[in-house]
Amino acid sequence: MAAKRKFNIFDHELVPEHRILSDEEKAELLKKYNIKLSQLPQIKASDPAVEELGAKPGDIIEIKRKSPTAGIYYYYRIVVED
Amino acid sequence: MPSLSPKSIHSIVESKGAALPINIREELYQKLLEYHKKYRLKKKEVEAIVKEAVEEYEGALIEPGEAVGTVAAQSMGEPSTQMTLNTFHYAGVAEINVTLGLPRIIELVDARKNPSTPIMMVYLDEEHRYDKKKAEEVARRIEGTTILNLAQSITTDIINLEIIVDIEPERLEKSGLTMEDIQKKLKSSFKTAEFEVDGYTLIVRPKKAEKLSDLRKIAEKVKSHRLKGLSGVNKTVVRPSGEEYVIYTEGSNFKQVLKVKGVDPTRTRTNNIHEIAEVLGVEAARNAIVEEIVNTMQEQGLEVDVRHIMLVADMMTLNGTVKAIGRHGIVGGKASVLARAAFEITTQHLFEAAERGESDPLSGVVENVLIGQPVPVGTGMVKLTMRLPIQPKEKE
Repeated sequence: MAAKRKFNIFDHELVPEHRILSDEEKAELLKKYNIKLSQLPQIKASDPAVEELGAKPGDIIEIKRKSPTAGIYYYYRIVVED
Repeated sequence: MPSLSPKSIHSIVESKGAALPINIREELYQKLLEYHKKYRLKKKEVEAIVKEAVEEYEGALIEPGEAVGTVAAQSMGEPSTQMTLNTFHYAGVAEINVTLGLPRIIELVDARKNPSTPIMMVYLDEEHRYDKKKAEEVARRIEGTTILNLAQSITTDIINLEIIVDIEPERLEKSGLTMEDIQKKLKSSFKTAEFEVDGYTLIVRPKKAEKLSDLRKIAEKVKSHRLKGLSGVNKTVVRPSGEEYVIYTEGSNFKQVLKVKGVDPTRTRTNNIHEIAEVLGVEAARNAIVEEIVNTMQEQGLEVDVRHIMLVADMMTLNGTVKAIGRHGIVGGKASVLARAAFEITTQHLFEAAERGESDPLSGVVENVLIGQPVPVGTGMVKLTMRLPIQPKEKE
């Protein structure tokens, strides 16, 4: 039963929600924090979560993190080639 | 005037307090409801309270230029002086040794490829969770079994050039294997030897072994050949945890264990951060680092604010891989030559930088401490430029 279905990593407790930002959201984010793309934290294109989403290098991934202090907050990583 | 409904209070909190994190908004809303019952707050009052809360929150934020890294280092460093230097048994599982205390913290922060005591906590699915028998069945599928695990004695017959293995029937039964299984498995894996089964005795006869050393070589290989289970997993212990049973393993093979039938892949975890990064990605690895450090500290009765630990974990995973804190990781990746040289292996860094013709713009903290200039931290971050007052032209 469970063996047939492929395990989705986003079901694991440790993996937070990932989402690809649209181009407008990307521009908005960079404007909001007044930063360049190169100043964002990175995530490899070969990362299992990125592969699952099908994101390409240059995309920004929004990560919905759970935090014991803030509840929920968003973290951003830019997809880079390895 | 009609009284404020909880819904409208909620919308005020959401709109006016948009700058607040979700936890604080929720708490503020609950408190407002409570006070609304007592005092019948007006809309203006609610708005004023929310405004006050936002101001208070913004005042509590870290200022730009605060040396958060140094504060985090001190906050984690001081309590770690009070930690034990020993390896202790894992709480609840006495049979499995786990590195704890300071060695474990060092291991995490150094991002070692393999922890000194890898373990997994394997949670089970709905079907196998509540029954000890069924849990043990899954444990048997996971536990790596070799001849060495099953044998009572292994003797080498030098005259006939044979290896004679006496299998312990009890262990064999527990592992769920039969003598025929073993023979079949070994036959398909080793083409260079013949295997004969007689009761609970296994005789290994190499096809061509002129020297004793050849025999020994084959014996070693046969002994450690995996008959079933996962590679890297040596021992399993089934323990009750609350209502369910959880399998603890000595040794870790995260990727394979998630595929084993009966395992709940959504909760199973390992203490090997690199394995998590490989299977679940960096974000999961970051969460695992935070959790592992918090648990290790807590286990020692120490309390460090999570924010410091979160900063460390964020820095370790900044470029998408798990990097150590040290000269091979974060410090080694610093742009400034002087900052790197000030940390470890000074001369090597200076020589290499000279060879490459690197220059140092002196924009970081360490470099400026080193040469005795104001450090770009706190008030030192601010640069003041002043336009000289325009001198009134002197009238002649």
